[in-house]
Parts: sequence; structure tokens; C-alpha cells
Amino acid sequence: MTVESTAARKPRRSAGTKRTAAKKSPGARPDLVQLLTPEGKRVKNGEYDAYVADITPEELRGLYRDMVLTRRFDAEATSLQRQGELGLWASLLGQEAAQIGSGRATREDDYVFPTYREHGVAWCRGVDPANLLGMFRGVNNGGWDPNSNNFHLYTIVIGSQTLHATGYAMGVAKDGADSAVIAYFGDGASSQGDVAESFTFSAVYNAPVVFFCQNNQWAISEPTERQTRVPLYQRAQGYGFPGVRVDGNDVLACLAVTKWALERARRGEGPTLVEAYTYRMGAHTTSDDPTKYRADEEREAWEAKDPIQRLRTYLEASNHADEGFFAELEAESEALGKRVREVVRAMPDPDRFAIFENAYADGHALVDEERAQFAAYQASFADEGEGIQR
Amino acid sequence: MTAEKMALAKAINESLRTALDADPKVLIMGEDVGKLGGVFRVTDGLQKDFGEDRVIDTPLAESGIVGTAIGLALRGYRPVVEIQFDGFVFPAYDQIVTQLAKMHARALGKIKLPVVIRIPYGGGIGAVEHHSESPEALFAHVAGLKVVSPSNAGDAYWMMQQAIHSDDPVIFFEPKRRYWDKSEVNREAIPSPLHKARVVREGTDLTLAAYGPMVKVCQEAAAAAQEEGKSLEVLDLRSMSPIDFDAVQASVEKTRRLVVVHEAPVFLGTGAEIAARITERSFYHLEAPVLRVGGYHAPYPPARLEDEYLPGLDRVLDAVDRSLAY
Ligand SMILES: Cc1ncc(C[n+]2csc(CCOP(=O)(O)OP(=O)(O)O)c2C)c(N)n1
Repeated sequence: MTVESTAARKPRRSAGTKRTAAKKSPGARPDLVQLLTPEGKRVKNGEYDAYVADITPEELRGLYRDMVLTRRFDAEATSLQRQGELGLWASLLGQEAAQIGSGRATREDDYVFPTYREHGVAWCRGVDPANLLGMFRGVNNGGWDPNSNNFHLYTIVIGSQTLHATGYAMGVAKDGADSAVIAYFGDGASSQGDVAESFTFSAVYNAPVVFFCQNNQWAISEPTERQTRVPLYQRAQGYGFPGVRVDGNDVLACLAVTKWALERARRGEGPTLVEAYTYRMGAHTTSDDPTKYRADEEREAWEAKDPIQRLRTYLEASNHADEGFFAELEAESEALGKRVREVVRAMPDPDRFAIFENAYADGHALVDEERAQFAAYQASFADEGEGIQR
Repeated sequence: MTAEKMALAKAINESLRTALDADPKVLIMGEDVGKLGGVFRVTDGLQKDFGEDRVIDTPLAESGIVGTAIGLALRGYRPVVEIQFDGFVFPAYDQIVTQLAKMHARALGKIKLPVVIRIPYGGGIGAVEHHSESPEALFAHVAGLKVVSPSNAGDAYWMMQQAIHSDDPVIFFEPKRRYWDKSEVNREAIPSPLHKARVVREGTDLTLAAYGPMVKVCQEAAAAAQEEGKSLEVLDLRSMSPIDFDAVQASVEKTRRLVVVHEAPVFLGTGAEIAARITERSFYHLEAPVLRVGGYHAPYPPARLEDEYLPGLDRVLDAVDRSLAY
């Protein structure tokens, strides 16, 4: 157990009264759903095994491939940021199993509401990874049509999207459709009023939504203990829907639990909170410095639970994958890295008139006036070779 | 020790340190303000020196941060809260506008709300969305709040002291792209009042009025204009609520021309208020309509377009030319 910060361990004083520190969050405890141990051993779970009982070796290799390629994409983006090609990057390193497991549990007609770190979920939804980079490069504030993959735009304002997911799910229910909705957020986000309100609404209206909280132990420099004094999944109980904690570094368990939750939603049984207990191995974003607030040993302890290595061990031990598979995947991974690099470098800056585009759907006289003034101003430079493209 | 040069962020840090030292009721609160020292390191080292009871890392909840700061203020504390970035103040907007701003009046003046809300604001640092906005007009429009923004380290040091000593809530906008700019801080100076504007460059042909991040741009514009033989006066407003209209009027009645510059959208912005007031006060002195330079009525654009969106030298000088052409 390594997630405690000194801040949480020290007693807090208030008006001279000693208060006890928050209890340690549990690590591997009975309430943590696990199907694959950190050593890569398959373990039984009476409740959730059924959801992955018919999984084929090919599908297992598929999950592995997804995780490897997602990690590769993420690493490429991190180095592109270092090279000045991206303004910022939020790495998912360490969270591949939580994202691929839950992402692969969704059906095509389900709808996903991500935060800003769900690159693996985007991958599962078929969003071109290159599309994820525009916003971080600073060429757009979104970058894809949410409806083409039922994958909503990344959300920067913490927690906001959980309400959108709930409302969308309320709409799904009204329409009598049997699809489900899944909202991603972090342990830090659990403190936001919007998240509490989404729990209230989804419970009251029995909305078919799964709240998928990736508890990666940190909200920038704040440990989970700074957000809550009870394990997060237990919050659900107070709202009247089930909460379950799953080993977020176990892709099989994440797949099984999310399937279970989505099926509940489809059957009209309402919301579920899934807390994927995992770890953010890198910095919060490329502008963060985790050495200011957390110890190296903590990361090292979590590295031993690496989601990718865990599945690899299992694939090898059960003869579900051979050398050839891993070699081929390595080559595919290289190719993905190369493609991402090329696409980013070739990504053009937006036309300057894009400032005014899509401010309104039906147009707006003031925007038209300002666009015209902008054009006239730009044109005043034309003789200096600064011509405008329009 | 008299004057020393330091970065604006450091000046605020020193000012907070001074306030924590002087008054045990002063508290610092916010996301990541403790161990990390804030994402801009403005609170660097303060938790180490003053402890977790005085420099409080909060849950990730802006409404909670401001709402509890109100309660602490009611109990006699003087909380200085940090909102991590401009675009994240809105979850707390309800508490600020419906509660913080109005409580003193509702309590017949019997309670005080000495809460400072620090907000790093404005663009120019190549950030993703919600990290570059200038929402000051939204706060200045609300009675009960005071709204200020320093443009340099020396002012930042003193204005923060004054904001903390103020018995009214103060929204303290910190120009994040100037955090690393150095200037003199004189801790023994007698500071000018918090809401008083200051002439930072004398001139005779036109007045440029700005605050926060745009003061530097206006100073550069004035220097460039000088080379073309134009003498521009630059006024640092320092406060957006109240606005020191007397200072603007005095300058305009000398130069007869006024251009107001801010990053925020022009429409219904601070510049609009100044243009209207100055037109009322100094109609017969004006040789040209008051012009405004600022952001457009469009969402703050992605980083690669922000230089087009933000007023720079050229746009300021273009407005100067237009004014002088009347
Ligand atoms: C409303 C709001 N406040 C503050 C921020 C700044 N911020 C960005 S990410 C972050 C931490 C989020 O932590 P968590 O919810 O645990 O998600 P994680 O990044 O760990 O995936 C903060 C404070 C923000 N984006 N939105």
C-alpha cells in the first residue's frame, strides 16, 4: 500500500482539537474485483467470471494489442510534447487496463463521455488517435465529431461531463432505446458538485449510465485522501445504486465489471459506480513535476502491477500467444508511432478566420461585424506579403 | 532592505508570506497550493513554513473552496483562496455572486467578508481551453465585489497586502503571462491606494488605458509610437471595480484621445464602461471617439491562433492611428 501522502498521514489540527487522520485506502482487499493477479495468474470470481467466460484467445490478444498500441501512442505524444510539437500532453501511462477493459465493454450504440486522458477509450471507440492531438497542439478546441463514434469531446473542466452523460442517458431511457452511457472521471473529480449532482439525477431518474472513476491516486498533487474519507465506490450506496471497486490494472476484471454495469443499465436497472483502482505512473501532465509531492518508491511499487506485463505473462503461460505475435505487434507499434509523428508534424495551423467559425450555429450580427473588421485589418498588411487566405 | 527586483509571481508569494506572518487569521486555500506550491508556484514554500492549518490543500471543488471561505470569514478568518485557472472559477461563480457579494449588505453591514479570490488569468501562454480567459467584467458587473489586477511585481506585492486587509471581497486577477517578469519591489514604500490608477508613461497626444497583462503591451506601443513622433500616455488602471475615472478623465482632458486596451472581449467589457463614462464626463474635450482594443465575440481560440486574438502592438497602434486620424 503506497498511496498515502504525508499530508494525509499527519493529524490535522483545527481550533486546537486533535483530529484523527483519514483511514488508509485499501489496496488488494476482498472488495477489489480481480481476475488476473499482478503475477499474471487467472483467479476465479463467482460474480464476474461469467462476463468473460466465453472470451477467446484471439480476444485476449486483442486486449493486449490495444494496451500496447495505446501505450505506444501515449509515449509518442509525450515525446512530441518534449520536442515542442504539442503544447501539453496528459499521459495515460499505467491506466491502459482500466481504459481498454472498460472501453471494450461498450457497444457501438453506447455513448462515452470522457475527460482529457481517455486516449485508450478513444482507441476502443475507433477515434483516429491523430484526432486526439489537435487540442493538445493548439490547433482546435476539440477535434472530432462526437457523433461519428459516440465518443464525446474531451472535457477539461473537472466533473462537468458526468452531468452531460446523465442527461444523455435520461434521453436514451425516454427514447426506449437499450443502449447505455458511460462517463469517465478521476478521483479528484469526485469532489465536484457536478459529480454529486449527476449521482442524484441518475439515481432519481434511474438513468442508464455507468460512472467509471479511474482512481489513479492523485489529482495533480492531491492524494485521494484529500478528496474522500471513505473508499470512493462506497459513495454510490448513499445515492441508492451499486458501487464496485475493480483492480484497474487488470484488464479482464475491468472488462467484466464494466460489462456487468452496462448490462444492468440496459436492463433498466439504473446507474452504477465503478471505481477502477489504478495508478497514474507519469506526471499529471507534461507541465507537472510529481517529484514535488510523491516518492519514487510509490511508482516503483505500482510498476510491479503493470497492466500490460500482467496480461503478457498470462498469454505466454497459457500458450495463447507466440513469439510471432509479439514481434508483429512490436512492428505495428513502431509503425503507429511513426504515423503519429508524421501526422502531428504535418498538422497545419488553423486559418486565422477560424476564430469566428462556429461561435454560433445560426450566425450573429456582432460576430459578422467583428469578422469583417478583422478582415479589413488583416488586409491592411497585404502589401507586406502578409496576404490572407480565405 | 529597500527595493529588490523580483518576478511578479515571487512578489505575490512574498506578499502572502508577509500577510501570514503578520496575522494568524490569514489563511491560504486552494487546489495544489500546499506541497506543490500551486501550479504556478505562487504559494511555493508557504505550507512548509506555516503548516497545513494555514496553507490548506483543498478538495477539487471550487464551489466548496469559496463557500467554505465565506464560512471561515464569518468566523473571523481572512481566507485568500486560489482558483487554479480563470476558466475554473465558474463552478464557484454561484457562491461568489449570490453569496459572497451580497452578504454584507443583507446583514445590514454587520458582518464583513474579507475574502480574497486569486485568479491567474489571461492568455499568451499557449494553453488548452479554459486556461486563457479574462472574465473580469463578469465580476466587475456584480455589486459587492472589488476587482483588481496588478501589472508588475511592485504593485502585485502591495496590492495583495491591501486586498487581504480589505474588509470587502476582492477578486484578484493575476496576469499569468507576466508571472515571470521582474520589476522592483519596495517593501518600505508607501503604496498608492488599491483602487487608484497610475500614469506609467507620460504623453501628450493620446491616452492608452490598460490593466494587468496589457499594460506592458501599451508601454511597448507607446515606445514604438515615440519613434514615429507620437507622444502616448499610458495609464495602468489597476482596478476594474471601482475604476478610477478621475484619473482617466484627467489624462484624457490633457491628451484629448483615449484608447482602452484589454484582452477580454470588447463587447460589454471594461472598455465599454470607460468609453461611456468618459464620453459623459469629457465630451467637449474629446477629439475622437473613445476606441477599444480587445478580444472578439468568439470563444477564446486554440493556442495557435491566440496571437491573432490577443491585442498586440500592431492592433494597439492601429487604433492609435485611427484615433489620431479624426
Ligand atoms: C473545475 C476545474 N478545476 C481545476 C482544474 C485543474 N485541474 C486539471 S486536472 C486536475 C486534477 C484532476 O484530478 P482527477 O479528477 O483525479 O483526474 P486525473 O487527472 O487524476 O485523471 C485539476 C485540479 C480543472 N481542469 N477544472
